[in-house]
Amino acid sequence: MQHSARYVVIFAAAVCVVCSVFVSAAAVSLRERQEANKLLDRQKKVLTVAGMMRDGESLPAAEVARIFETSVRTHVVRLAGGRMLPDVDPELYDPRQAAADPDRSHPAPSNRAGILRVADQQLVYHVVEDGDVSAVILPIEGKGLWSTLYGYLALAPDTRTVRGITFYEHGETPGLGGEVDNPGWKAKWPGRLAFDEDWTPRIGVKKGVAGPPESDPYRVDGLSGATITSRGVTQLLEFWLGEAGFGPYLTEFRSGGGRG
Amino acid sequence: MSKEREALLDPLFNNNPIGLQVLGICSALAVTTGMSTALVMSLAVIFVLCCSNVAVSLIRNQIPSSIRIIVQLTIISSLVIITDQILKAFVYEISKQLSVFVGLIITNCIIMGRAEAYAMQNGPRMSFIDGLGNGLGYSVVLMAVAFVRELFGAGKLFGYTVLPLATEGGWYVPNGLMVLSPAAFFLIGGFIWAVRAWKPEQVEEDFRVGTLLEPGHEGSLR
Repeated sequence: MQHSARYVVIFAAAVCVVCSVFVSAAAVSLRERQEANKLLDRQKKVLTVAGMMRDGESLPAAEVARIFETSVRTHVVRLAGGRMLPDVDPELYDPRQAAADPDRSHPAPSNRAGILRVADQQLVYHVVEDGDVSAVILPIEGKGLWSTLYGYLALAPDTRTVRGITFYEHGETPGLGGEVDNPGWKAKWPGRLAFDEDWTPRIGVKKGVAGPPESDPYRVDGLSGATITSRGVTQLLEFWLGEAGFGPYLTEFRSGGGRG
Repeated sequence: MSKEREALLDPLFNNNPIGLQVLGICSALAVTTGMSTALVMSLAVIFVLCCSNVAVSLIRNQIPSSIRIIVQLTIISSLVIITDQILKAFVYEISKQLSVFVGLIITNCIIMGRAEAYAMQNGPRMSFIDGLGNGLGYSVVLMAVAFVRELFGAGKLFGYTVLPLATEGGWYVPNGLMVLSPAAFFLIGGFIWAVRAWKPEQVEEDFRVGTLLEPGHEGSLR
């Protein structure tokens, strides 16, 4: 069937309009639910990396929110200098949005983690037990093979011992790089040391199998079939634990400040 | 009635989209490490396939043939985005595991293949049944592969432990190959072989044992 050019253009336009109406209707009507899912997921990850929730444990949303409310304190920290900013409301601060805003972010110094811009301020979580900070949870991100990995690293109050690690968002190949969120692999992290004696970031994922934390404190088993994702994890930790990342804040924390 | 039955059941084994048409292999490799991801992926593909077949069929007489492929693609992409949004809203955990592969349903050749080969020629009812049949055919393979991979790769089915792992105090040492993509290649290859051994008429003529040397078939020796 031969159609005039006019018909073809009108038909194409009509298809586009109808399709976009459906797509936007779905996106708009489901956004609230998706946002709620994301927030709940992030709170769960913070609780999991802090060891207050088992991996894969399903708690009702209200319960998660309650635990989060009672034992986790969220703080906004300025990366340069590592000072806490008590005046900034963490509820309203979105580091990812800030990272995209030239006024509130800065270019990252040359790094191997593929990080181009960093928000000036970051969110840091403190787990509080009986009035004392029992763990510091830092957000981490960096390039894997396909995607940017977003996660958390939990450190003991000595800021050297790793309490846990988790990645809550990534687009790595399921079964290979996607294993960064495998509970079995994540269980290999607690007890290892993030820094050496001179406070240089040392921890990393190495090819092959690492020894127990006592004899091999700075190494974690590589993910088989995911060399680049493994390297990405090493490099993003190197960045975030270093001077351009949370290094100054952790120094501040050890000297007794930065505890809120 | 028999026509509907045929459209629905034929793609399961006789004309399986993965087994015979060898379409949609890429996602079949990627999402079959676990039964639950494979199930959600199957449902997503069935949904997209049925809807796209019906939509294309409804406007099949209006689509100008010069832009028919891009129109089909627009419809399919829109449906995939909607599916992705729904998964993110209702099964967030699984949608994270499926990650990019939901988006890649767009490039799943089964869907465009059926739109072009079937829905452009048939009415909406039959197109829906065809979409359902082909979606189920895809799902059968996906679920079978996921069953083997999850059972032998992780000792679990739908996330529930069936074979207790040695690393967790049980006796089963998981087969690491099963978790990696090549395992899906082997299993799909095995599936195609099994179906063709059962239904020899599916074997392409050039490859049928004996035909190469039969008189009159010299032309096949290339």
